[in-house]
Amino acid sequence: MYGRKVKLRFFFVSLILITLALSVFLIIKSLEENVIFFKSPTEIKALGEIDKKKIRIGGMVKKNSISIISKQIKFVVTDFKNEINVIYSGVVPNLFAEEKGVVAEGFLKDKNYFLATKILAKHDENYMPPEVKAALEEK
Amino acid sequence: MFKYFEPNKIFLVTSKAPKYVLFLFIVIFSIGLAEALILSPEDYKQSHSVRIMYVHVPAAWISLGTFSAITLLSLVGYIFKIRNFFLISKSLAPSGLVFNIIALVTGAIWGKPTWGTWWAWDARITSMLILALFYIMYLVAWRIFENKDKAFKVTTIITIFGIINVPIIKYSVDWWNTLHQPASISMLSESSIHVSMMTPLLIMTAAFALFSLLIFLMKYNTELIKIKNKGLDRL
Repeated sequence: MYGRKVKLRFFFVSLILITLALSVFLIIKSLEENVIFFKSPTEIKALGEIDKKKIRIGGMVKKNSISIISKQIKFVVTDFKNEINVIYSGVVPNLFAEEKGVVAEGFLKDKNYFLATKILAKHDENYMPPEVKAALEEK
Repeated sequence: MFKYFEPNKIFLVTSKAPKYVLFLFIVIFSIGLAEALILSPEDYKQSHSVRIMYVHVPAAWISLGTFSAITLLSLVGYIFKIRNFFLISKSLAPSGLVFNIIALVTGAIWGKPTWGTWWAWDARITSMLILALFYIMYLVAWRIFENKDKAFKVTTIITIFGIINVPIIKYSVDWWNTLHQPASISMLSESSIHVSMMTPLLIMTAAFALFSLLIFLMKYNTELIKIKNKGLDRL
């Protein structure tokens, strides 16, 4: 139906696409460590040894875990399997709250203690007016 | 080698279209702005910052869609040697780039008060920046290569490289831990955006799509006039 040239060009383009997709897949797969923005408490627990480098951990702020003593904020980050205590002194973003997502940047003291130098709030994918939220909570 | 097409016939339609598109854009954009800025409620958590989403999300959608369209047109145009498809692709690119930049900038403006940072090198944000670079590469290639056949080939190659990035953008939030929130709207499950917020989002998307169409038509007409001025009625 189509000429030989057309078929060849189609073959050529498909080959480039497949090759590229596979190469990119392999590259990203091998760099997975660096692609992820933060580690969860479970991943921290699974670490062999504690890294001295700056890392980010993320998860939910555990309910009733925030305590503020003078300028220092202490809270617990959880992924509902494991937990890590975080100590931080500084300003927190507006959306930082209990039972909300958080990403903390800083250094691991040991597998249970994390000294944060920066706190980022993570927003979830839910958007709704306050009345709807209130109605949902009543249920 | 290339199939013929008649720019004169196409021009008859495309030269008249912009004014209607502009009119429709103004109407829908006004409704969209009223919905997004005044009529829609504030969010339970981020209050009025949610209104940035009505610009951010449609802009990101349009830039992704435009790049996919450019790639598809370039590939088909290259395989079947259809010159007109390359002109369409070339004319689509500028508005795609503009919306890509709008998505990045509004994301930064939203990120500062909500996340606490303007920029984070997470997978979603970085891959979106890469898309912007591909757009720029694509547009620069059209300027560099005077020879049309060469320009067709080089821009096609750029779109092939760039399209690999598109699914990465889409699924980055599902595959890896990112600061960016996962998708709220999916084909399979119920949307996690409340109806009152979904309406302005969809209207703004329609408005932005019309704006893209308007810029495309203007660019495309310029291309057709260029061909006519060279004294060729055919390509």
